[in-house]
Amino acid sequence: MEIPYTVEIRPDTGLNSGKIGIWLFLASEVMLFGALFATYILLRVGAVEWPHGAHYLNIPLATLNTVVLISSSVTMVMAWASLKRDDFGKFRMYMAATVGFGAVFLIVKYFEYSAKFHHGYFPKTNTFLAIYFTMTGLHMLHVMGGMAVNAYLWGPGAKLWRSDKEHFTNRVENSGLFWHFVDLVWIFLFPVLYLL
Amino acid sequence: MSDTHAFDLKKHVRAYILVFVSLMVLTLVTVAVSRFHLPVHQAITVALLIATIKGSLVACYFMHLISEKKLILWVMALTVIFFAVLLWIPMATVADRIGH
Repeated sequence: MEIPYTVEIRPDTGLNSGKIGIWLFLASEVMLFGALFATYILLRVGAVEWPHGAHYLNIPLATLNTVVLISSSVTMVMAWASLKRDDFGKFRMYMAATVGFGAVFLIVKYFEYSAKFHHGYFPKTNTFLAIYFTMTGLHMLHVMGGMAVNAYLWGPGAKLWRSDKEHFTNRVENSGLFWHFVDLVWIFLFPVLYLL
Repeated sequence: MSDTHAFDLKKHVRAYILVFVSLMVLTLVTVAVSRFHLPVHQAITVALLIATIKGSLVACYFMHLISEKKLILWVMALTVIFFAVLLWIPMATVADRIGH
């Protein structure tokens, strides 16, 4: 059975169903991270003292990761724009760059986490590190999820381009919306955890 | 593909590059400001203000919210309200205890 409204517009919503679906999912994601930000506020304002992020964390590495994620957002949107231009070759190049930037982010995070563990800093060490590992860990899982979908669309999933260009372009747009959301969360995590 | 369509995409790409440069500059600004060691309240205000501008740029241009259909704008507006309430609850809880 064919899934309806993957390309054509649903009369009642004025959108294709994939688009409204991903935005509703992102709305739920806002509340998921919102709960953790609320937890952070409660823990911070209730604490007798709170360390500056720089005391435990590596700001240059986190700045590098911010640059990497922002760059990946640009390549992601360029991948989608390439499909709109009917240029599949460029789509492949930009999508590979997006997945590559995601991998760089994870490698940098690996070095960051390794340094913490090496110094004996674990989630159980104190409240600051507990919320740091929880928030960045959940964000990292999102990076991994986004990379998996993008890698699929770059590889086997790209077969759809041959049979239904518009449907494939919509899939890339929806995957991009998730990826930009992951970037957006990091934009807030970076100052909150590292700079304040 | 029509010429008009191709022209529109060129405009989009130019906007993406402009947003990218703005995000990079704002990232450097937020790191630079953190080196001044401002009082906590000022530091939080500046850092969150910059983050909000950066987040808005990503949402409006990369996620195309600026030209999105009304239904999605309503869904996200409702989400922002719920998000604000969620953050307000712990702050109100603490404010409630001040003076006790």
